[in-house]
Amino acid sequence: MVLKKLEVLILPLVSVFAAGLVGAILIFAVGENPLAVYWIFFKSSIFSINGIGYTLFYATPLIFTGLSVAFGFRCGLFNIGAEGQLYIAAMAVAITGIWMDGWSAWVVIPVCFVVSFVGGGIWGGIPGLLKAKFGGHEVINTIMMNMIAFALVNYLVVGPFHRKGTQILETEFIPEAARIPRIHELIPFIPKTLPLNMGFAIALLACLATYLILWKTRWGYEIRAVGISNSVSTYAGISVNKNMVLAMFIAGGFAGMVAISEVMGYRYTFHDSFSGGVGFIGIAVALLGRNHPVGVILAALLFGALIRGSLFLDLNFDNLSKDLVMVLQGIIVLFVATDKLFKKILSVFRIG
Amino acid sequence: MFAVRLKQITKRFAQTLANDAVDINIRQETIHAIIGENGAGKTTIMEILYGFYQADAGEIELFGEKKEIANPQDAIDNGIGMVHQHFMLIPPMTVTENIILGLEPISRSGILQLVQAEERIRTLSDEYGLEIDPQAKVEDLSVGLQQRVEILKALYRDAEILILDEPTAVLTPLEVKEFFQILRRLKSQGKTIVIITHKLEEVLEISDDVTVMRNGKKVGELPTKDASANILANMMVGREVLFSLSKNDVTPGNTTLKVENLSVTVNDKPRLKNVSFELKEGEILGIAGVEGNGQTELVEILTGLLKLDTGTVWYLGEDITNLSARKIREKRIAHIPADRKAHGFLSTYTNAENQILGFHYREPFCRPNGFLNFPNIRENAKNLLKKFDVRPPLPDLQTGTLSGGNQQKLIVAREFSRHPRLLIIAQPTRGIDIGAIEFIHQQILDLRTEKVAVLLISAELEEIRSLSDRTLVMFEGEIAGEVSAATFDMEKVGMMMTGHR
Ligand SMILES: Nc1ncnc2c1ncn2[C@@H]1O[C@H](COP(=O)(O)OP(=O)(O)OP(=O)(O)O)[C@@H](O)[C@H]1O
Ligand SMILES: [Mg+2]
Repeated sequence: MVLKKLEVLILPLVSVFAAGLVGAILIFAVGENPLAVYWIFFKSSIFSINGIGYTLFYATPLIFTGLSVAFGFRCGLFNIGAEGQLYIAAMAVAITGIWMDGWSAWVVIPVCFVVSFVGGGIWGGIPGLLKAKFGGHEVINTIMMNMIAFALVNYLVVGPFHRKGTQILETEFIPEAARIPRIHELIPFIPKTLPLNMGFAIALLACLATYLILWKTRWGYEIRAVGISNSVSTYAGISVNKNMVLAMFIAGGFAGMVAISEVMGYRYTFHDSFSGGVGFIGIAVALLGRNHPVGVILAALLFGALIRGSLFLDLNFDNLSKDLVMVLQGIIVLFVATDKLFKKILSVFRIG
Repeated sequence: MFAVRLKQITKRFAQTLANDAVDINIRQETIHAIIGENGAGKTTIMEILYGFYQADAGEIELFGEKKEIANPQDAIDNGIGMVHQHFMLIPPMTVTENIILGLEPISRSGILQLVQAEERIRTLSDEYGLEIDPQAKVEDLSVGLQQRVEILKALYRDAEILILDEPTAVLTPLEVKEFFQILRRLKSQGKTIVIITHKLEEVLEISDDVTVMRNGKKVGELPTKDASANILANMMVGREVLFSLSKNDVTPGNTTLKVENLSVTVNDKPRLKNVSFELKEGEILGIAGVEGNGQTELVEILTGLLKLDTGTVWYLGEDITNLSARKIREKRIAHIPADRKAHGFLSTYTNAENQILGFHYREPFCRPNGFLNFPNIRENAKNLLKKFDVRPPLPDLQTGTLSGGNQQKLIVAREFSRHPRLLIIAQPTRGIDIGAIEFIHQQILDLRTEKVAVLLISAELEEIRSLSDRTLVMFEGEIAGEVSAATFDMEKVGMMMTGHR
């Protein structure tokens, strides 16, 4: 039993380690010193308060999107639509914030939280509904919903909600009352420039909530049951359709919560293509995190650190750019996806 | 000469010692039966021989030579074939396509040589009297024929030693007869066969030697001619097994279930045609019939898994036609499904979690706020696992790791324990050892005494005969006849099952 629990940790670690080795070979091949490169990653991401802060900052949206994908997986659904869901939610939150100018923070903030979750939730729920009603595959439909989302927010930010007098594709700023505090406003010795905000704490709470819902409530019992077997669920009187819609709604909701950290906590506006693909990186986070909220946090921290470190690559190395991180992410995903291989290697070691 | 010698095989899974220094000697060109209680380690030791599991200790000798079998491919290369209890076939593909999967014969120009393969399969099929059409689609074949495809698959790979894990569990009595014919033919052509079964009469009929296992150990190995049902039962269970049940008189009460003119068409095929019957409190109504004659559809309709085209289902005077599965469960109608893997439990859920499946959303397992009540769930599991002798009786173990028979016991425990008023039980003792069958049959009779109505669907005529008060025989979606316990005649029922009146 203990061994089982450890194995859950060992395999992703081995994957990451192996990806690091392959990455080192690549770095070596382009004529740089792998140790120096990895040293930069370490130094920039965890060796200073600033570094740690940025790592957490970059990890925050990844926790949300990783949770989103993981939640879908637990119900047997592959949510590739986190990116679209978070754009819709971010736009919805920005618009809500602007409209609610003059209201008290005690009202605006909760309303915006709900809007972020429901906005993403609806965008995820629609493919869920299509699957339940017509059997349309969620992979296809979430991708299509992404396209619709991109087009829609693009229209809104270029057209009706574009901030007057700027070339930047952004909406009006949301009022003070719709903003959540930065960490430095709460803890004295944190640098003022650090964009890390309360969104991180909310992401951790979302992980806790996911854990409780999935493993401690009747709803999670049903969602996981559907994820394991449709036919057994049907036999037990568990509605496969209802749970698929619910799971996709919640998955979309988590993706939508990216709006909390990015719009309400960081930019205070909807900024065109602000996400940088966190919706898709969320898939890698969920895979590496084994679809478990704790795993998602750990994986998101790793990816956050990589993103942080990447900013220093161009500065320090002639032959490397920050795209190296994408390569590393890719290799990690590849190794996680082929974990059967590692299991085999591990089991050989155990016998030998 | 021994085809197989297993020496001191030991295998441990986390908490359980599945095989404990087991020796088995299988003579060449014989049929060797392995019997034992659920969880005794029969499947495990055969999976070790087949290379699916690795033994922690011990040796395997094939035809006098020591062999390392690291995976099923090694086993196949050494002439070992295995037919698992759950078939590994791809239903929409043809027999030939299924059989050649993994060793497709390719011409030098890279073209699949289907015709040659078909020819070889036809020859093999004729040689052993399997009567399989290589071009048939697997999904169109009955369970019995699919099993033969599995055997062909092994023969096609030149298996000399065939391992069959509970092959007769899914067969009707007639199919079993034909199946034994085939086994005898295989033996006479030089094959060695290992068969795992729970049915002692089959052991006595077909095998040359028999190995008895209990609790991971071998407790005996003897020539079948020296054995009898009593001797074997004693060795297996370690006590006397009653082969007859004491059934007390229960006067049936009010009508519990009444169905009128049930008809349903699935995939354009009429599966049920105007089926009507009544079932009273304290009565056991048997449904006999060859699988695929409408029993599955009948059960699915009564349990809310399939919608009726026409007809009415009355339960305690209330119209419950086409209610959802959950609504029907809430009316205290319990259901043991025929296919436990596909319907009965979630393999990666723990025993405790599976023990509340279908009741998980209500008191006492769920609090009003939606949170599961784990102390109650564990307590419930502990009690039921103990009462129904599920081994090992650990609430936190994943159900998928239990032996087949113990998984079945777990389902029976769950369905019997929620105070049902109507029990719909399909193949309730499939894969269960004789000791446990005795126990479950007694439970069914006890429920009958408590005025529960029981609808018993079984391929085992013997089970239906010994339990039912009345029996309906189904053929091609219709009720072909009815017999009472007093007039039950195996021969007659068997005839009705195949469409002779
Ligand atoms: N993969 C596994 N992981 C953990 N335990 C296992 C595993 N496979 C089998 N076991 C355990 O090993 C024991 C022997 O199981 P096995 O399947 O060999 O029994 P069996 O004799 O075939 O029983 P049955 O008649 O019910 O099929 C059981 O206690 C079972 O729970
Ligand atoms: Mg078994």
